[in-house]
Amino acid sequence: MSMNKETDEKMSVIARVLDSDIWYSFTRSKVTMVAALVTFLIFASALFAPIISPHDPFDLASLSLMDSLLPPAWNAEGDPNYLLGTDDQGRDVLSTILYGSRISLAVGLVSVAFAAVLGITLGLVAGYMGGRVDAIIMRVADVQLSFPAILIALLIDGTVNALVGGMDRERSAFTVLVISIGLSFWVQYARTVRSSTLVERNKEYVQAARLIGLHPFLIMLRHVLPNVMGPVLVIATINLALAVITEATLSFLGVGIPGTQPSLGTMIRTGNDFLFSGEWWITFFPGAMLAALVLAVNLLGDWLRDALNPKLR
Amino acid sequence: MSKFGRFLAASVLAGACATSAMAENSFDYAFQGSLKGLDPYTLRETFTLGILTNVYEGLIKRGPNLEILPGLATSWEVIEPTRWRFHLRKGVKFHNGNDFTAEDVVFSAERLNSEGSDMKGRVPVDATFEIVDDHTVDVILASPNPILHYEWELWSIIDKDWAEANDSMRVTSASDTAETTISLKANGTGPFKISEHTSGVSTKFEANENWWNWDNREFNIDTVNFTSISADATRVAALLSGELDMVYPVPTQDIKRIDASSTLSALTGPELRTIFLGMDQRRDELLNSSITGKNPFKDIRVRQAFYHAIDAEAISARIMRKQATPSAVMVSPFLLDNADQFERLAYDPEKAKALLAEAGYPEGFEIRIDCPNDRYVNDESICQAVAAMMAKVGVKVNVNAQPKAQFFAKILASGGYETSFYLLGWTPGSLDSHNIFANLYGCRDDAGKGGQFNIGGYCNPEVDALAKEILVENDAAKRLDLVTQAYRIVTDEVGYLPLHQQGLAWGVSNDVSVAQRADNVLRFEHITKN
Repeated sequence: MSMNKETDEKMSVIARVLDSDIWYSFTRSKVTMVAALVTFLIFASALFAPIISPHDPFDLASLSLMDSLLPPAWNAEGDPNYLLGTDDQGRDVLSTILYGSRISLAVGLVSVAFAAVLGITLGLVAGYMGGRVDAIIMRVADVQLSFPAILIALLIDGTVNALVGGMDRERSAFTVLVISIGLSFWVQYARTVRSSTLVERNKEYVQAARLIGLHPFLIMLRHVLPNVMGPVLVIATINLALAVITEATLSFLGVGIPGTQPSLGTMIRTGNDFLFSGEWWITFFPGAMLAALVLAVNLLGDWLRDALNPKLR
Repeated sequence: MSKFGRFLAASVLAGACATSAMAENSFDYAFQGSLKGLDPYTLRETFTLGILTNVYEGLIKRGPNLEILPGLATSWEVIEPTRWRFHLRKGVKFHNGNDFTAEDVVFSAERLNSEGSDMKGRVPVDATFEIVDDHTVDVILASPNPILHYEWELWSIIDKDWAEANDSMRVTSASDTAETTISLKANGTGPFKISEHTSGVSTKFEANENWWNWDNREFNIDTVNFTSISADATRVAALLSGELDMVYPVPTQDIKRIDASSTLSALTGPELRTIFLGMDQRRDELLNSSITGKNPFKDIRVRQAFYHAIDAEAISARIMRKQATPSAVMVSPFLLDNADQFERLAYDPEKAKALLAEAGYPEGFEIRIDCPNDRYVNDESICQAVAAMMAKVGVKVNVNAQPKAQFFAKILASGGYETSFYLLGWTPGSLDSHNIFANLYGCRDDAGKGGQFNIGGYCNPEVDALAKEILVENDAAKRLDLVTQAYRIVTDEVGYLPLHQQGLAWGVSNDVSVAQRADNVLRFEHITKN
């Protein structure tokens, strides 16, 4: 009997998902399904890069300068060993893309998580506490919103690099990028969470929780937070695409991930120098990968926003 | 059309013709690196010094083939082996209208060797200057020096009164953050004046109609606009679009494309600059390395191992696309008659590994290489290739590539030689080997006294002694013999790790004609534009 009950419950979770509005709208949108498939493939290939990629581009000892600048394999001068050709240092472009998207996605995910945690906390506090705390936090947010995110990321990147100047760039680059991208994206979370919190905090269940003497911290965490997560999920998805783009931009400008362990943006920057000389593959393939990833994630985010928007149902 | 209308049209047309005839003939060009401060004694870098000699002038000048010509001095003679007499040009005025006199020369010599100057030694430190009259100066030397004036083209003469009035007596060093008048404005005697300067971005020059040689000038341009474009592709795009008249260096991968264009040509040729790697042989512990308590580079086997591990042929063939010649000595074969006697240590990773093991580093070690990324042709790529080659023998090299302004401020004397492994290029300013033994191989102390650009601190008293002999030797054959002996020692001891002489590559519009000098210096006074 009890086993049956568990299976029933499991079944019912899947059944609930399959029965939900979100799943319905997902199955009705072919674009979203393709976007989801592309996103999944890119995430999977990035995750399993060490297994599926033919070479290890980060292992400097395996590079040979004599193999540099080979065109893609289908070209007459191409080498079947290097399907998408090699760059100026003899790295396999395909493997570098796989490893590079790993770095790009890692920076994107970690910085989105960082921005979300920071933004949600500040938004909850501002919305729940109100008054002076609210005013201070939201004015800081307003000021920051008046600058483009990339500018803020550049500023923070420059400052942090100056502070940790003695450190090796190769080691500090990842952390510095995550901090600068995270700090430039928290405002949207804070604003959204604050406005939802303002609505929620006057509802009966919150007042009831307050009445039984729960600590404000617990009320925020257990009661308010779960009810404001919907919009946060939408922002996080769209911000992932933005964070990946910002990382690529910073790396393209030469202040991001250094050339020895390239991310997609770094690869595009290196390849950019060879655009006029006919070695198009060094910049084209990473560029195409970046475009596909950002487009797919963006489409998913758009769909999620529409699906969760009660006015559009 | 009414009569009046016709008249109006005609006059507008005439006006248009008149303005186009009066339009300035301007020459716009870009270089990969930037021009920061304008103080000509801040940075001993050929590009900065070269661009400033369009504004300032030296006692001598060099022509398109680097031949010595009279500059601010019309003639000079050696009265005694240790006393030279320079006759200065009369009627020369600085841009602010002040007269050029012997006092300015003496002042410039003192300033050149003062605190913070990167040009120390270009005038021998122990030389004294004597004013004979307003336009005659005697230089008294401690020992004979037949090549005293060879490097003086890039020794800019500064107006004493102007420097005094503008609080610019002190030299602005490369690591200074405070700006002085002389680092923001220029007041020379040269054919061009600086009318606008945005540090690190762009500089505008105007022809100086009061130049002493104005009536015999070769150039027909009125203004020169210099912009710094560090991205290779952007620089080439600006040339291809016709926005610029010239860019340099042309990235090695784009030379063919520019040559193929009907409106542009690529001027290529061998450059006198040698690109090399330097190793810290002075500190007791390397900076930014995994080895603590000792300095592996003090062991000649480690230096040899690095040499054997680096494939200079591959760098020349692939990264430089054959626009470079691998070199075994620290000087261009054009400046050393028997350069072919020297051979590079063979590329041999196995031998490198064996040497490292023998020296006590079988697992290799970790070290950071400091590298400019906008100074030499493909500088950052070379450093990355070096990192890959060293990885094959177990040495982990972390590449720290920076724009030249930060790079030089750190690694030169003014920054306390803050590097243990670096890439640098060197053109001997005198076009003579003595310059290399004095600057790159001469023993130095921590403050940089001695071989000021001997960043790694290589030191062999025998080489110093030979350098002294070379300086005073007048007999060409004997001199070559001494030079060869000295190169033999420093090459055997792997004081440096020479890579190659890079090629010159200027991308020039067919509308302009320029004189390409082998030291990569662009003199505006040889530019004509149709």
